[in-house]
Amino acid sequence: MKRSIFSKAVFAGTIVFLFLPLAVLVFYSFNESKSGSWGGFSLRWYLKLFTDSPDLWRAFGNSAIIALGSAAVATAIGTLGAIGVNWYRFRLRSYLRTVTFLPMILPEIIIGVSLLVFFSGLGIRLGLFTVFVAHVSFNLPFVFLLVLARLEEFDFSIIEAARDLGATEAQTLARVILPMIMPGIVSGFLTAVTLSLEDFVITFFVTGPGATTLPLYVYSAIRFGISPVINALSVVMILGTVALTWSMRNFLKYIAAK
Amino acid sequence: MKQGPGGLYAAPSILWLSVFFVAPLLIIVAYSFLTQGQRGGVEWKPTLDAYKAIANPTFLTVTVNTIVVALGATLVTILIALPCGYHMARSKRQNLLLLLVIIPFWTNFLIRIYAWIAILGNEGFLNDLLRFLGLTDEPLRFLYNRWAVGLVLVYTYLPYAILPLFSTIDKFDFSLLEAARDLGATKLKAITRVLLPNIRGGVFTAFLFTFIPIFGAYAVPLLVGGTESYMLGNLIADELTKSRNWPLAAAISLVITLVTTVGVMLLLRAGGTATLGSGGAGTKEPEEGAALPAQSVASAEGEPA
Repeated sequence: MKRSIFSKAVFAGTIVFLFLPLAVLVFYSFNESKSGSWGGFSLRWYLKLFTDSPDLWRAFGNSAIIALGSAAVATAIGTLGAIGVNWYRFRLRSYLRTVTFLPMILPEIIIGVSLLVFFSGLGIRLGLFTVFVAHVSFNLPFVFLLVLARLEEFDFSIIEAARDLGATEAQTLARVILPMIMPGIVSGFLTAVTLSLEDFVITFFVTGPGATTLPLYVYSAIRFGISPVINALSVVMILGTVALTWSMRNFLKYIAAK
Repeated sequence: MKQGPGGLYAAPSILWLSVFFVAPLLIIVAYSFLTQGQRGGVEWKPTLDAYKAIANPTFLTVTVNTIVVALGATLVTILIALPCGYHMARSKRQNLLLLLVIIPFWTNFLIRIYAWIAILGNEGFLNDLLRFLGLTDEPLRFLYNRWAVGLVLVYTYLPYAILPLFSTIDKFDFSLLEAARDLGATKLKAITRVLLPNIRGGVFTAFLFTFIPIFGAYAVPLLVGGTESYMLGNLIADELTKSRNWPLAAAISLVITLVTTVGVMLLLRAGGTATLGSGGAGTKEPEEGAALPAQSVASAEGEPA
């Protein structure tokens, strides 16, 4: 069958649609004038972004801490959970499977609102800690499912062989299971980092004083109208995305080849 | 499946999710039946006030608006995503095309909304362009209406639909289409009778991944919408932070949860019969599909070219 011209045209149109806004941001980020119209090429907004935006960088720092921290905790807990669910029978097994499915079918706002109500009901002060807890909670199921997908490809007899050869449970975990499922763990961790850096809605509800993340910072900047520094920041973030996508792709390829 | 230390492995997950996921949801259920507190919070007197408040016309208007916007945007998204997924699946440069879809998808959510404000705003790119071309003097108002909300929602969730559709269509055996054509089916018929039934699972997944977040949308209508494009998510936030009516916010949250859960169950049931009925290449297990946006990225990227 001949390749359809229709689908090709729609795809090309879609790519233009997807990239047009990003291109506009790049264009404006080099704009000398502060308002919309073109006032000549300039790097002043980049200069301001890197040298004169302390709040922005503080927000970036918060985002980085929350993303790496919550991804690490979610990966540790979620990986163990997936190992348990994949190979063993125990009470609450189907409960865990159902609960890890929940974030996929619940809109973010529900998770954010319920956590806000939960934290304030317990009198826990909103801040970096509550944001961290929230991020672990929505990251955990994703890590769990990604690792589980990887585990399903493996044979339990490998574990039995390790045990027959005298390995303890801990040794089996460290020397056999974890190395085998490393690609799943790594992609789980990277996905968790990305989801955490990306999240606005849930963070918005559970954040407090001093816990502004980068998306929250961008949000408050947008509320004050178009800001050229945000244009420059956007371009830096888009480049970061491209670099991350690229390196993740190569990294996963490298792992797959190993 | 073995007896063994499974419970030990799973205990941290079960504990964490029970405390920080299930318990908060149960609290929402409880709050919806309690009396509104003076300054936020609740008083422990059971009442149905929140549910009575839901029945008022404002709420119904917003609900209808939310459903219309969510269904419309989802439909448009899937209609665009289907040919895209098809083209990507048939392409020889799949990795490159995937990358093209993933880059905007991974660009920060708020940056993507912001980009549309930079385009459609009064001092935005589009108005600039129109003025430059001499077509208008006064800036035209593109933002803060239902169309802007719809456009930005479609833009935001398009990759969520393209990725699962691509991975399903990619597994489809295209010789089936050739067979259909050889047996005399028209191109359109081959697609509607052979391709679509076989990729049903992917279409369901794409539907869920777009409909659910759009139905609970908060940031997009807040930033590019106007009063007439208010959605349920905005109503919840207002009740929480402005009106301080927590029971009502809880009740609205439950309505959203109910709609999405019932929707998912109906779709899974329909998807389930599709799996049994056709046994086609494209019908994926819902659970597997559910991890998708992330998973399809990871797995598709993980395969050596």
